[in-house]
Amino acid sequence: MARILPKKDVVIVGLGWTGCIVANELTDEGLDVIAIERGPWRDAPTDFPTTYAQDELRYHIRHELFLRPDQTTFTFRNKTSQTALPIRTWGAFMPPNGVGGGGVHWNAETWRFLPSDFVLKTHLTQRYGAAFLPEDMTIQDWGVTYEDLEPHYDAFEYLCGTCGTAGNVKGKIMEGGNPFEGARSRPYPNPAQKQGFAHALWGKAARELGYKSFPQPSGNMSRAYTNPLGVRMGPCTYCGFCEWFGCANYSKASPQTTILPVLVRKSNFSVRDNSEVTKINTDRAGKHATGVTFVDASGTEWEQPADLVILAAYSMFNVQLLLLSKIGQPYDPAANTGVIGRNFTHQCMSSVNGFFDKSKFNFNPFISSGAIGMTIDEFNGDNFDHGPHGFVGGGYLTHAQTNGRPITTTTVPPDTPKWGAAWKKAVADNYLSTVTGAGVHGSFYSYRDIYLDLDPTYKDRFGRPLMRMTIDFHDNELKAAAYLTDKLDEIVKAMGAKQTQKKPRKGPYDITTYQTTHLNGGAVMGTDRKTSALNRYLQSWDVPNLFVMGAGAFPQNAGYNPTGTVAALAYWSAKAIREQYLKKPGPLVDA
Amino acid sequence: MRKYATRSVGIAAGASLLLFAASASASEQDFTQVEKGRYLATAADCVACHTVPNGGRSFAGGRPIETPFGDITSANITPDKDTGIGAWTDAQFENAVRKGIRPDGSRLYPAMPFTAYTKMSHDDVVAIRAYLKTLPAVHNPVVRDTLPFPLNIRAGMRAWDALYFTPGEFKPDPNKSAEWNRGAFLVEGPGHCGACHTPKSFLGGDKNSEYLQGSQLQGWVTPNITNDNVAGLGAWSVDDIATYLRTGHNRITAATGPMAEEVENSSSKMTDGDVKAMATYLKSLPGESNNPQPLKSDDPAMKAGQAIFRDQCSACHSIDGKGVAKLFPSLADASMLRSRDPRSAIRLVLRGARSVATDAEPTAPGMPSFSHQLNDDQIAAVLTYARNAWGRPAAAVTASDVSEARRELRARTD
Repeated sequence: MARILPKKDVVIVGLGWTGCIVANELTDEGLDVIAIERGPWRDAPTDFPTTYAQDELRYHIRHELFLRPDQTTFTFRNKTSQTALPIRTWGAFMPPNGVGGGGVHWNAETWRFLPSDFVLKTHLTQRYGAAFLPEDMTIQDWGVTYEDLEPHYDAFEYLCGTCGTAGNVKGKIMEGGNPFEGARSRPYPNPAQKQGFAHALWGKAARELGYKSFPQPSGNMSRAYTNPLGVRMGPCTYCGFCEWFGCANYSKASPQTTILPVLVRKSNFSVRDNSEVTKINTDRAGKHATGVTFVDASGTEWEQPADLVILAAYSMFNVQLLLLSKIGQPYDPAANTGVIGRNFTHQCMSSVNGFFDKSKFNFNPFISSGAIGMTIDEFNGDNFDHGPHGFVGGGYLTHAQTNGRPITTTTVPPDTPKWGAAWKKAVADNYLSTVTGAGVHGSFYSYRDIYLDLDPTYKDRFGRPLMRMTIDFHDNELKAAAYLTDKLDEIVKAMGAKQTQKKPRKGPYDITTYQTTHLNGGAVMGTDRKTSALNRYLQSWDVPNLFVMGAGAFPQNAGYNPTGTVAALAYWSAKAIREQYLKKPGPLVDA
Repeated sequence: MRKYATRSVGIAAGASLLLFAASASASEQDFTQVEKGRYLATAADCVACHTVPNGGRSFAGGRPIETPFGDITSANITPDKDTGIGAWTDAQFENAVRKGIRPDGSRLYPAMPFTAYTKMSHDDVVAIRAYLKTLPAVHNPVVRDTLPFPLNIRAGMRAWDALYFTPGEFKPDPNKSAEWNRGAFLVEGPGHCGACHTPKSFLGGDKNSEYLQGSQLQGWVTPNITNDNVAGLGAWSVDDIATYLRTGHNRITAATGPMAEEVENSSSKMTDGDVKAMATYLKSLPGESNNPQPLKSDDPAMKAGQAIFRDQCSACHSIDGKGVAKLFPSLADASMLRSRDPRSAIRLVLRGARSVATDAEPTAPGMPSFSHQLNDDQIAAVLTYARNAWGRPAAAVTASDVSEARRELRARTD
């Protein structure tokens, strides 16, 4: 029997980027907010001090900052005809854990999606006709536009001190930036980071091939910065320990370095860490959330009543909580009904390695940052005519090598033996003169047979069903990967590589090899409650005092890193709560 | 015209209220007096010593105050009649605060800085009393006599008072500005800066000839806060000092350790005018500047120190030692780094530190511990380098200084 705590105005499940953003906005509104976080409290100088944070074995290989699969995991299969099995070691993606969430371990690549990405179904249908899209593709419009989100993208970039070169300020195309980006109201708060030799060489080669290369927008600071909340950050040192690691150099935008210092000083904000929410509670009719139930580290079960419930956990855990709490109709792929679990997607990453003459090229790959790199956007979204190619979607092409860390930076030419003296010699010969993982950050559109549901067999430590992932690549994504990888290969060759190795993404979807942590969909936003779990304000269609943050709201994934869009949506939703919902609690969109 | 007249009436009414308050005894009914008392209690930082840190009831006492003679436990100063000061008269309260004499005639130890508080006026202290009367009474018996024999005989304090205590209200210097005099009053009186920053004799009395030139507290060496050009505030402007006191951070350094507590409870809650007045006064104090020649850059300690600095320190403090304003202290300018006694600098390297968070500067950046990263020789070398690399040199730090600090810190849990 759960012990009942005093009621709060708002309970937030998960204290990563979105939890922090919404908490900060709603505490500004004067509401009493509590956040419940499954993992531990984490603070920059005490939990990732610069004296030991640069430990590849501890943080990368042994997954220090991530969820332990024995706390909870997912089951996985490619096809509905298969039996899903539990993931016992993280591979394709890395579920975050603890205060700061994915905002601690990310690279801080801070993108905006294209205006056409938000009206994808309408846009592609108008340009190519409905018949051009694969029959089982279930892409749809978001219900929110780029213009709606622009002020909120801007807010997040200024919170983080994002460093970049604007490509489109108020409709004016700017030299050196991304000419394809949506119009931004003002430039980035900070200039782009300096580029390494290999990154700059890639950018130059791309220019020579006629592309408009530009520096990737980065949350690693190019200079000291003080954000609008008065929180200070220091210049990045290009230490090469960014993704998988926390930054106590105050150089990488994270909740700890941008927003938490202000949030924790507020008397109307509190946190319970090491506490896992097990259920969203509703009234008898299931139409109104009454709070959440959680279990603390001692195994004691508590109920936290609240007027407003905000799900702000990692995308898949938000979906799982909805399913376990029986909120919204679960998706059924056979009948093509229901919404919770529908339009689940990931990313479709490809890469090219380039091997250079070591007497002429010394890239010093260890001088790097998480979001360093030069990029082109000619092959993203619908920035190019897909008519001749027979696929939709795309991705940015980049050389964004983030590090030269000793354990994993062992890229050798494909004909090298896999072990022994010859392999060691090849590692030594190539370490300084190899472009490792120039990348295609490919989109992954949604399909009828890719979804999330509750596993019929496997249970977590509380006896709750694990979440089951059914996911595989479709021809559309693999065709796009092949085409984009060829384009990338041309650029790496133009840099002067003596040999290249193309690695276009191939099926089936592999759960053991890292792609990105950008799993999304499953509780998507939209304009029609038959095909979306949330309305355009991230409000549950079924339970109006429940809002669900995160990439779970993406109806399909674009060819970018999601954090900028995830954060912009959180600001957008918080604004709707502040300006509309609190004045008149109830559905913000008539169903 | 009409407006002007109305306003004059308002001011006259306010002034008469003040006069009335001054003649009355402490009354929690009187807003003006209570507010004055609240502000002075903030400037005097009563709450810091009279509250057990991390969750103790405010002003309910019981915090052990560390002294070279042993711990002295602070009193409950809430209005509780049995265990607090609820039964005291205003005169008894003033005797305790300004003279160090308790109602029963026994003497307070100077851990209670009555030697400084004596500079406050009768009205000031009565106002503090009025404020304390508004607090909730907390029943919290405190065992006060915690010093070992023979120091537990409070009668000994009579002789001490004769040696070290000059009672008497602050007397403004007519040759100085009003701002300077306000600053002097705050620093010498309620602010009791000398309690931590003036060196003490073997009996714990102030060495007045070395006023505010740095002392020690809770395992820290407190810096020289005179205008001394090397170890003091010579490189700081009045604004630098005021910004530091108000926000805990300035372009040079950040407050940590016991000073973080002071900023959080006291100076960050004072008015801009008052912290500027304190800064003006401190800048007027001449300091001693008898410092050595800089070590040559080819000195082995300097060469080793520079290499270590580049590897371990420059990511935040930057190659030129200037750091990032209000985030990473400027070692090129920091005076604490150059203290004659380097123990605070050694402690920062061994233990790391967290700077204070304030509303104006919420970031509260921290420095990690290097105690496992660097051995005693390496810490000595890097500190020697930092003390000599950017002008205003200070004496070399030795490995035995570091090992002694390691040993002392091992026994400290704070």
